[in-house]
Amino acid sequence: MNELQLKVLDLLKEDARRDAELIATMLGEPVEAVKQAIHDLENDHIIVKYATVVNWSKVDDEKVTALIEVQITPERGRGFEGIAERIYLYPEVKSVYLMSGDYDLLVEVEGKNLKEVAAFVSNKLSPIDAVLSTKTFFILKKYKQDGIIFEENEGDHRLMISP
Amino acid sequence: MIKNEEMHEAVPARRDSMSAYLSPLANGIKPSGIRRFFDLVSSRKDVITLGVGEPDFVTPWHVREAAVYSLESGKTQYTSNAGMPELREAITRYLDDSFQLKYDPAKEVLVTVGGSEAIDLALRVLISPGDEILIPEPCYISYSPITTLSGGKAVGIETFAKDQFKLCADELRASITPRSKVLILCYPSNPTGGIMTYEDWLPITKIVEENDLIVISDEIYAELTYGTKHVSFASMPGMRDRTIVVSGFSKAFAMTGWRLGYACGHPDLIGAMLKVHQYTVMCAPIMAQYAGLEALSEHGLEEKDRMIESYNQRRRLVVKGFRDIGLECHEPQGAFYAFPSIHSTGLTSEQFAQRLLEEAAVAAVPGDVFGLGGEGHLRCSYATSVPQLTEALERIGRFVQSMKQM
Repeated sequence: MNELQLKVLDLLKEDARRDAELIATMLGEPVEAVKQAIHDLENDHIIVKYATVVNWSKVDDEKVTALIEVQITPERGRGFEGIAERIYLYPEVKSVYLMSGDYDLLVEVEGKNLKEVAAFVSNKLSPIDAVLSTKTFFILKKYKQDGIIFEENEGDHRLMISP
Repeated sequence: MIKNEEMHEAVPARRDSMSAYLSPLANGIKPSGIRRFFDLVSSRKDVITLGVGEPDFVTPWHVREAAVYSLESGKTQYTSNAGMPELREAITRYLDDSFQLKYDPAKEVLVTVGGSEAIDLALRVLISPGDEILIPEPCYISYSPITTLSGGKAVGIETFAKDQFKLCADELRASITPRSKVLILCYPSNPTGGIMTYEDWLPITKIVEENDLIVISDEIYAELTYGTKHVSFASMPGMRDRTIVVSGFSKAFAMTGWRLGYACGHPDLIGAMLKVHQYTVMCAPIMAQYAGLEALSEHGLEEKDRMIESYNQRRRLVVKGFRDIGLECHEPQGAFYAFPSIHSTGLTSEQFAQRLLEEAAVAAVPGDVFGLGGEGHLRCSYATSVPQLTEALERIGRFVQSMKQM
């Protein structure tokens, strides 16, 4: 990855809606070079998707999120990969990480309500043969996600005009 | 025995208004043009402001946390008048690393309540009544009034957009009289964003030397340069002992409200400033000094670099924006201000700024408040978020377009 690509990534990470023209102006680079950088980043699957960070607690249609610690028995030859795949293919699973420490996988599950998440754990996740144990933690409140603070109390408090 | 009439004469006549009690110096100072415009802006809602002369970043958390910790640990006392020794040492290390300036922390550094106090102290200890103080303009709004308050006479030296608002040797030479004593410099410049390079400084040093001037060099924006590194006037050959370097934490470290600054220079000058400082403010607040110490740590310097990169991106955006609108804009190479020309609109700075506020809800500071050479320009701070800048540029563009159609 070159320096321009890194700078483009930084600017898109801040705001995915920025177009190539704006980014080119901000970086003092030719528009064509920025377009090419974005194209390459998308092609190489470094930019995977342009998504929106939503503060669901402000939406009536509130969702429930749980983090589940999963202990598993690795499979011969494939280690954790096969089980991880079986788990992450479920649409209600938002993220899966292989962890160091007391357990193996950290699974983030999102559901309409508590009951739905509980049903997923007991009906889908726990019955998988290789799964030894699960421990479910419901998220009560999100303060910060992906570097974005949800209840920002550090707004712009500057005077309208100052020396 | 004193007669009644004589006693009567000894008592001065009562003054007819409270302002008549004020000293002629205080009475003679006008309120700042920025303040006047501020009142106008405050009366409006939904305004995007480019009028702010301070970073839009909140002080980095680790710096704030250092101040909180100092309070928790009960550090609430006076510090030494010149500032905490460890802070003075950190300042000298930082100035040496960043700008090749070497000072003795024991005798050549004074920690002040903002850079503003340092400038005031320097003028107070240098000026005798009637001395002339040379000030390149457009410049920060305070230099001229505090010169007057110190009993001196401010002499403006005009700088021009065609020279990127650099101080030209010829203009400086033409302004010098036998009463000239002090030259105040502010590069990178508020409000123009102009900078001075080594080559730009060379002829100036010659004039300073020949005319035996003392220089107060306000380098508060020293960190904020884009593409070139700041050259401190004090680092020029032979200029160290003639120069009082004034700086602070407000701009580069996003610490305006902490009021923490410093002055460095010859021990005789700093010693004199220390005397006035100790009789007036005693010392800078201790919690601000602990925060400053943290800001100068390795971690603090990284945060500073991140902020500068962000200003640079916005600088490009704003300069291109003005040029696309059709307003001439020299390329600012320092600070966080663009200073576009509005000459082509036929309006004065004041008229343009006022109408821009009323018709487009964008606030910027009329250039004339910054002195000679400021008329016909607008100071626009780009220390504001990218979406706000983009929206402001769109509004200014529509406003300029609507004037052309009239």
